[in-house]
Amino acid sequence: MTRLVWFLLFGCVLAAAVSLAVGPVPLGVDRFVAAFAGRDEVAATILFQLRLPRTVVALLVGAMLGVGGAALQGYLRNPLAEPAVLGASNGAALGAVVALYFGLAAVQPLALPILAVVGAMLALLLLFALAGRGESALTLILGGIAVSMLAGAGISLALNLSPNPFAAMEIATWLMGSLADRSMAHVWIALPCVATGTALLLYDGRALDALTLGEDGARALGVDLRRVRARVLLGIAIGVGGAVAVSGSIGFVGLIVPHFVRPWTDRSPSATLVPSALAGAMLLVLADAAVRAIPTPTELKLGVVTAMLGVPVFLIHLLRARRQW
Amino acid sequence: MVTITLDTVSVDLGGRRVLSDVSATLKPGQLIGVLGPNGAGKSTLARAILGLVRTHGSVSIDGQALAGMAPAAVARRIAYLPQGQALHWPLSVERVVALGRLPHLAPMSRMAAADHAAVEAAMARVDVTGFRDRDATTLSGGERARVLLARALAQGASALVADEPLAALDPRHRIEVATLLRAEADAGRLVIVVLHDLSLAARMCDRLLLLDHGRLVADGAPATVLTPERLATVFGVRAWFGDGEGGPMIVPVGAV
Repeated sequence: MTRLVWFLLFGCVLAAAVSLAVGPVPLGVDRFVAAFAGRDEVAATILFQLRLPRTVVALLVGAMLGVGGAALQGYLRNPLAEPAVLGASNGAALGAVVALYFGLAAVQPLALPILAVVGAMLALLLLFALAGRGESALTLILGGIAVSMLAGAGISLALNLSPNPFAAMEIATWLMGSLADRSMAHVWIALPCVATGTALLLYDGRALDALTLGEDGARALGVDLRRVRARVLLGIAIGVGGAVAVSGSIGFVGLIVPHFVRPWTDRSPSATLVPSALAGAMLLVLADAAVRAIPTPTELKLGVVTAMLGVPVFLIHLLRARRQW
Repeated sequence: MVTITLDTVSVDLGGRRVLSDVSATLKPGQLIGVLGPNGAGKSTLARAILGLVRTHGSVSIDGQALAGMAPAAVARRIAYLPQGQALHWPLSVERVVALGRLPHLAPMSRMAAADHAAVEAAMARVDVTGFRDRDATTLSGGERARVLLARALAQGASALVADEPLAALDPRHRIEVATLLRAEADAGRLVIVVLHDLSLAARMCDRLLLLDHGRLVADGAPATVLTPERLATVFGVRAWFGDGEGGPMIVPVGAV
């Protein structure tokens, strides 16, 4: 493991500690210790039932968005790629919106995340059908945009037809992305999805490096592009589907994180995968801590904060690095 | 050592036949030049040998049909240097050359000592060790062509298919790379090179394949393939034939 990976791991631990310490109820070191020792039940509940699941979900979602962005930028050979370009994010969001619209989420809380994963998978199947047998990255991007727009239209339709303002409000709020009130149940939904997705993407690191030489170049190096595509798309659909299912739509993490870690690597796609996962996890945990630390009348939504912070930081980075990606 | 056999190979691209009924047996230890005017099907022939385009007829490696082979197994036997190779990320020269070791590595594994040695040797052979840490996308055309050739050499395959490897090189490196390709063939490997330089083809190659409109119109030793009549009918040029130091010289002097 490289020094960068250790540094980012340390950063994740630090960020998680900050996230556990921040919240509406201030907990001092003494109450932390008491909670771990089982002497302070209120502190233990806050820590283990509220803040811990929230922190773990943030780590998982951030890691998935980071590694997904890095893998797609490598696979599509495009520094602007992120999980949303393949339609997986919008597909998952549409699944969740269906659960909210038909009131399934109120009957069974797990209906929303499950439908979100199903939505991401359906979006992927549609993309496969659209892209056909071709292996070109451009076909995939165009197909992804079409799928993404279709799912977006479905979301708009749900908002349009929602029976009352409260239902529309509920959908709109969910779409902004948040990690408030997440429980261990959410961790158990996200964990297998993120683990499977990440494993599928990490497996193809070398193939992504080979794609630096273009599709012919990669094939001449023995890369079976059809299998690589199947693994990358499945990894994105399962991983991002699971992540969106528990967090709502959180933009920009997948796009910007690979750009931040790339200058500290040898710039080959495989070298950015693990660091992007760790940096994504760290970034999202910190953003979620910021959401709780910033005093506003209603809690800020995580997706809003990542976008507000992400865009200027990304622009500064671009201006400094220009052609260095 | 590999023998590549083409049996009535045809290729259609975009509804047009760009290669038709090419048959040839390409044996190890030979430096084979592929010549022909623009659009004659030279690059398509190179891609067909690698299995990168759909072909009618069959390509086989040591009697084994290419269509049934695993991509990595093909890559361990034949290295390919495409024309105008893309480089999508600003990797260092050394990282680009190391990509050649990919067919020998399991997914998620690290390069072994033998892989590093192959990369070093390949860089030394084309004289790029001096700028191993430079960003390969900022190199000049000729430097980059050598780096990409090193990438193909690092693959350690027993056959090399190179599509215009000499086009961007200065005179000195052109001679050095031609000598290197000759040495590869003399070491028992099969080297197939797409070329435009008639003199160089006549001087360095053991055998020439002359393509015109997708058809193989001549196949044999340079002296029998490059005749004034063929240059006139295939390339539409008159040429001056001379005897220079180290081999024949063929200089096109006018259109027919």
